[in-house]
Amino acid sequence: MHEMSLAQGVLQIIEDHAMKERFTRVTSVWLEIGALSGVEPEAMRFCFDAVMRGTVAQGAKLEIIDVPGSGWCMQCGETVALPQRDSACPRCQGYQIQPTRGMEMRVKELEVG
Amino acid sequence: MCTDCGCGAGEAKIEGDGHAPSHRHADGTVHSHAHAHDEHEHAHAHLGASAVGTDMPGTLARRMLRVEEDILSKNNAYADANRRLWADRGIFAVNLVSSPGAGKTTLLVRSIEKLKGRLPLAVIEGDQQTSNDAERIRATGAAAIQINTVTGCHLDAHMVGHAFERMHVPDGALLFIENVGNLVCPAEFDLGEAHKVVILSVAEGEDKPLKYANMFAAADVMVLAKIDLLPYVQFDVGKCVEYARRVNPKIEVLQLSSTSGAGMDGWLDWLDRNASAAGASC
Repeated sequence: MHEMSLAQGVLQIIEDHAMKERFTRVTSVWLEIGALSGVEPEAMRFCFDAVMRGTVAQGAKLEIIDVPGSGWCMQCGETVALPQRDSACPRCQGYQIQPTRGMEMRVKELEVG
Repeated sequence: MCTDCGCGAGEAKIEGDGHAPSHRHADGTVHSHAHAHDEHEHAHAHLGASAVGTDMPGTLARRMLRVEEDILSKNNAYADANRRLWADRGIFAVNLVSSPGAGKTTLLVRSIEKLKGRLPLAVIEGDQQTSNDAERIRATGAAAIQINTVTGCHLDAHMVGHAFERMHVPDGALLFIENVGNLVCPAEFDLGEAHKVVILSVAEGEDKPLKYANMFAAADVMVLAKIDLLPYVQFDVGKCVEYARRVNPKIEVLQLSSTSGAGMDGWLDWLDRNASAAGASC
């Protein structure tokens, strides 16, 4: 499962920061997840809880910040909403769109103590 | 799984692993590494016992910590290291991805037969289990090493870096990396390759580019394979290409059959052209 590897990536980042910043407990984790990132938020929640068990972030609250997708429509020459990778341009109905936002998979903030 | 040294899937085994060193943490967990630590130069951040599993309530107040770090940043750092190393040595690396059974290994075997003697060739094979694919490649005379990801569903840049170190690949080589058959996870994991090539066989659905959009968005080339089967299957090539361009307007499309040889020249030309541009040569 893809979200399992990603949750492992989140744990690595948390543990690196735990070592650098010398904290022993994480109570909340904020993740930015883009609409085009291919990450399923519910699967991520499930894997997050499983992966954090027995670590510094056991029982931490997971807050997911959704980032909407958008892209540059080459035909219209402007940024348009792109809810999915295969969405058509809402203006010209074309598919010549380069995604510019919504690919995020990022650990944004931690609440530690 | 190994969170100590950044292995994405700590159970992964690379052919030739002499032993699996293990160690015990302060909290009592014992864990093994799939690789020998003296054989590589990656920087490994080992966590001290104080960082994990130690409870010191009340010593620090709760506070917010700004992180702003990509979840895949570790993998991406290993991928960048691979990419720099390969660029310095004129090695042209291609990451082949597809669903299981699309014909990656057969395409590789046929490609190696045609390219043998023209430039040095090497293959890193990824599968959950068995070294069958590496053996098929070695039967062609090309150097190959197998990575078994065991439960892992993709190759990551760290394991590929280790496998590469073991292979003694000559400068100027063409390096094929055959990923685990899976159209989901390998899309996210950069291995340091010059190009990701997605192979879709016409025995599959023509709407796969829409179903697995991230993979087709991440690839530079889509190879439509097994085109000798087109008379026997319902597969609309035009629609498939249209779907692929919907999720990736820049994707290049090649059509071929490893069995009949149709379209192989186009694929070999693409490899030749891009390998020369990368500095790979005899």
